Amino acid sequence: MKRNGSFFWIGATVFLAAALLMTQIIGNQYPFFACYVILQFIVLAVAWSILGGYAGYVNFGTSAFFGVGVYTAVFLFKAFGAPLAAQIAAAAAVGALMGFALGLLTLRMQGIFFSIATIALTIVIETSITNWRYVGGAAGIQMQRPVVTEPFNNYVQMLFFVQALLVVLAVAISRYIQNSWIGRGLQALKDDELAAECTGVPTLRLKLLACVISGALMCAAGAPAAMYLQYADPSSAFNLNYSVSVLAMSLIGGTAHWAGPVVGAILLGTTQQLLTVTISSEVNVLVLGVMLVLFVVAAPEGVIGLIRRVRRNRNEGKA
Amino acid sequence: MDLLRDAVLIGVLLGCFYAAVSLGLSISFGLLDVPHVAHPAFLVLASYTVFFLNENYGIDPLLAGLLVTPLFFLLGLAVYRLYYETFEKRGSDAGVRGIAFFFGVAFIIEVLIILHFGVDQRSVTATYVGKAWRIGDMRIPFRLVVAFVVAAALTILLTLYLSRTFMGRAIRAVAQDQEALRLMGANPIRIKQWAFGIATGVLGIAGALLIIVAPVEPTLDRTYIGRTFCVVVMAGLGSMTGTLVAAIILGVAETIVLTLFGASWAPAISFGMLLGVLAVRPQGLFGRLS
Repeated sequence: MKRNGSFFWIGATVFLAAALLMTQIIGNQYPFFACYVILQFIVLAVAWSILGGYAGYVNFGTSAFFGVGVYTAVFLFKAFGAPLAAQIAAAAAVGALMGFALGLLTLRMQGIFFSIATIALTIVIETSITNWRYVGGAAGIQMQRPVVTEPFNNYVQMLFFVQALLVVLAVAISRYIQNSWIGRGLQALKDDELAAECTGVPTLRLKLLACVISGALMCAAGAPAAMYLQYADPSSAFNLNYSVSVLAMSLIGGTAHWAGPVVGAILLGTTQQLLTVTISSEVNVLVLGVMLVLFVVAAPEGVIGLIRRVRRNRNEGKA
Repeated sequence: MDLLRDAVLIGVLLGCFYAAVSLGLSISFGLLDVPHVAHPAFLVLASYTVFFLNENYGIDPLLAGLLVTPLFFLLGLAVYRLYYETFEKRGSDAGVRGIAFFFGVAFIIEVLIILHFGVDQRSVTATYVGKAWRIGDMRIPFRLVVAFVVAAALTILLTLYLSRTFMGRAIRAVAQDQEALRLMGANPIRIKQWAFGIATGVLGIAGALLIIVAPVEPTLDRTYIGRTFCVVVMAGLGSMTGTLVAAIILGVAETIVLTLFGASWAPAISFGMLLGVLAVRPQGLFGRLS
């Protein structure tokens, strides 16, 4: 475990160094635009898995958290001209509060009903934002990026690096949860909530904790998107596609291990970026649907599950 | 006051229409516990099929809906078979994976419609679309009246089917206790498949009503996820008369909010009510207790 731990932190440092180096070397803007989206999906998928994977509460409200993150940033920027770091921190705080509310919902509903309630929550919040004139209403709002700070020479590059930081943060948290008593408790309540409660697992506290962390990370991931697009409107910020994409990424990667959603997000995110550029965004959604159906039907444990199965077979072959 | 009276009347008519589009879900989700989030997507698909028949062959939309019904019945049989083989048979967390599966299906249907028909709104032509009835100073769109009549007939037929016929009773029995039915020598899976076929077949007519009441667009199913699930959950899973009552409540609530606050708040009504019902009274107004 110890050695694994140092490997992980070395890997994370190398990843961040590479990201920073990229911003210094590559002059072309496009790679940053594309990679930003993939990184954003990694954060969302990892955050989703904390609740959806470990605890087994399937949250379709990813777009609600993402959208609230976007609009927290929009509001702070418009009202106070707040800097990016403040926008992200505030979004995380709002996300944590929203997560807490979501956690309270789990008291009354489980399974499919919880999922449906999260969809409902998304639409209700979206409609409220649509009717909030100050942040642009249904028509959306334009934003002017502020001047970029050193060492970056372009705002998108900075956003790219910030999102890379968020990826490391999210993965580190998710990994910590998986390896600690929190993860084991969540796993127990996923298998049988009543039995877990009876054996002394503090299910409510764990669920609330998972919801708060997951929500805070999702909102934080959404906050830079306003500056990235320089524009925000409710129907795209709260688009159901985010929820379904993130769900698909987590399921494709596999939800039993923290690496699952990362793998899934990279696979599906890259495919989507390539498809959007080469063919069209409609085909992109089609591929999303087909991949989701295929993996749910044929490989319910995702890529991670497939790898494990192959390994197990090989080991059995040896013995 | 007149405004409110009109809103209530239109709301009742609209509510009956909502009942028609929710009846199928009331069977598939309410009685069979299939998390059928693709139900509205199938509904929109039915509308586009009706549009296709109306546009190219000039067939009356309601007749086209009837023609589509057997096709959707077969589609429903196939979908349930697939769902059963891949999820229910394997057991564990069928619901959660099922909902992901049906979301995938809904997205595929959406995109196929976009690729074939484009993103524009489509509507049908018929003698009763666009006319209105005048009663005193009130103006009732004729298309809503058509939807009301057909929806009421559909609800009554389905209620009778589920309570009077042998197969209908078998469907309700399978919802109550699948194992008991197996012990009686019946095959619960065949019955469920049949029921899912009916739930999907009804969408043929419902799809026709959808495109008669208002123009449709490929992503319309996302709004109807809220409406149909709101109606079915509020009704109490699986109750047909409950579905009608719940749908009327939703219809009236929507039109009243629409008149008082404007159209931009409309999407929040169904989803907000759904959230409220789930939080306060999960078994619905006419719920069976599990």
